[in-house]
Amino acid sequence: MRNVMDGADVGRVIRRIAHEVIEHNRGASSVVLVGIHTRGVPLAHRLASAIAEFDDVVVPTGSLDIGLYRDDLGLRPRPKLEPSEIPAIDGADVVLVDDVLFTGRTIRAALDALADYGRPKSVQLAVLVDRGHRELPIRPDYVGKNIPTARTERVQVMLAELDGSDAVTITGEGE
Amino acid sequence: MKHFLTTEGAIRADLDALLDEADIYVEVLRRPIPKVPTLRGKTVATMFFEPSTRTRLSFERAAKALSADTMSFSPGTSSLSKGESLKDTVLTITAMGADLMVVRHKSTGAPWRVAEWVDIPVVNGGDGAHQHPTQAMLDSLTLRRRFGKLDGLRIGIVGDIRHSRVARSDIFAFAALGAEVILIAPPTLLPVDLGGWPATTVPRLDDVIGDLDAVYLLRVQTERGGASVFPSLPEYVSRFGMTRERFRRLSPEAVVLHPGPMNRGVEIAPEVADDERCLVLNQVDLGVAVRMAVLNRLLGGDEDA
Repeated sequence: MRNVMDGADVGRVIRRIAHEVIEHNRGASSVVLVGIHTRGVPLAHRLASAIAEFDDVVVPTGSLDIGLYRDDLGLRPRPKLEPSEIPAIDGADVVLVDDVLFTGRTIRAALDALADYGRPKSVQLAVLVDRGHRELPIRPDYVGKNIPTARTERVQVMLAELDGSDAVTITGEGE
Repeated sequence: MKHFLTTEGAIRADLDALLDEADIYVEVLRRPIPKVPTLRGKTVATMFFEPSTRTRLSFERAAKALSADTMSFSPGTSSLSKGESLKDTVLTITAMGADLMVVRHKSTGAPWRVAEWVDIPVVNGGDGAHQHPTQAMLDSLTLRRRFGKLDGLRIGIVGDIRHSRVARSDIFAFAALGAEVILIAPPTLLPVDLGGWPATTVPRLDDVIGDLDAVYLLRVQTERGGASVFPSLPEYVSRFGMTRERFRRLSPEAVVLHPGPMNRGVEIAPEVADDERCLVLNQVDLGVAVRMAVLNRLLGGDEDA
């Protein structure tokens, strides 16, 4: 197992992405953050705190479970569903927030789910880690860290809210 | 879970998981587009060999909200009138590509027989006076959302217990979820043998009315010979009806449930039926969410441990 980010790295990355979101959207007044369960949710709330600090705007922040939109029904056990809470998104610049971007299938599901809640002006994607290996034409707008990986490796993001402390680790093949 | 046939012998963890999932669908059904693609390509057949409107519509609404297709069968318009057997009928519908079958039948045990014949999941939509498990789960969800949990609730079930599949289903579900169940009926409306039922009995509603957290009023089933099992409707009302006067004697937090359709003026006074503490419309609303949970748990694969 190797550590690729520690708590200080995660904090810096979130502050940088907060600045990028504000810059890209010319302020944050139109922005809505939507964290994807599980670890996207605390990340979205941290991003909201950072944006509030820099731009003095409280951005509406919600959570989304994509379990009902998965494309692998019956292929593997389904995770327990969590409640989704989505603020009003019609006309908003929605930033989806997730911990790891991998195949892109979760984001495809999230885009479908968002469309059932309304019609945002734009949808952007912020991820803590982009590990590559996309299977769909999806790209992130804000990336904490690009981490080249082998497909069989496992990237684990730990966050203080859920795991006690912040870290990103890679568990190698054969380990 | 392969089939959903009965609440008798249910394990609490399974019921809790089902209700947790139903809570998710309550939110789904309130979205601007209240439909998710989860069961695209699956077909749910509703096989109602006994008349039903609300239960069938509720299952069909649940299936469609999960993007499943529906096929429906009703005896009046089918080959049953040409003498086709139950077995041939369900095998025919299965051969047409049904992925799950909801069965309602006047005979006790029919859904179990069907489950032996077909290789798809079967949901009991009500069999005779025996079981109606999705009704019990929507009743449980209604109470859980109202009170937070069923543990320690005192629930009185009032009326013709003997002929009620709703009562038989509710008793086991409520008890498994931690509630205390009190059956309120004269001996003539109770089963001959209560052996093994997790419930106590009381002959008069007035004996316990102030102690109950929820009163479940059973429908007086006039079509099943309701009038023949007690002397007269006025006598039933005077002893078991939720009159305005009795409603005032309930504790202020207590609620009234009813499986519908209500006989206003018989088991429930019109003013009580329209009161905020009468949860009948909640029950109907939550019925769709509960049936979505049942369908997805049977068709959507196992939940991760």
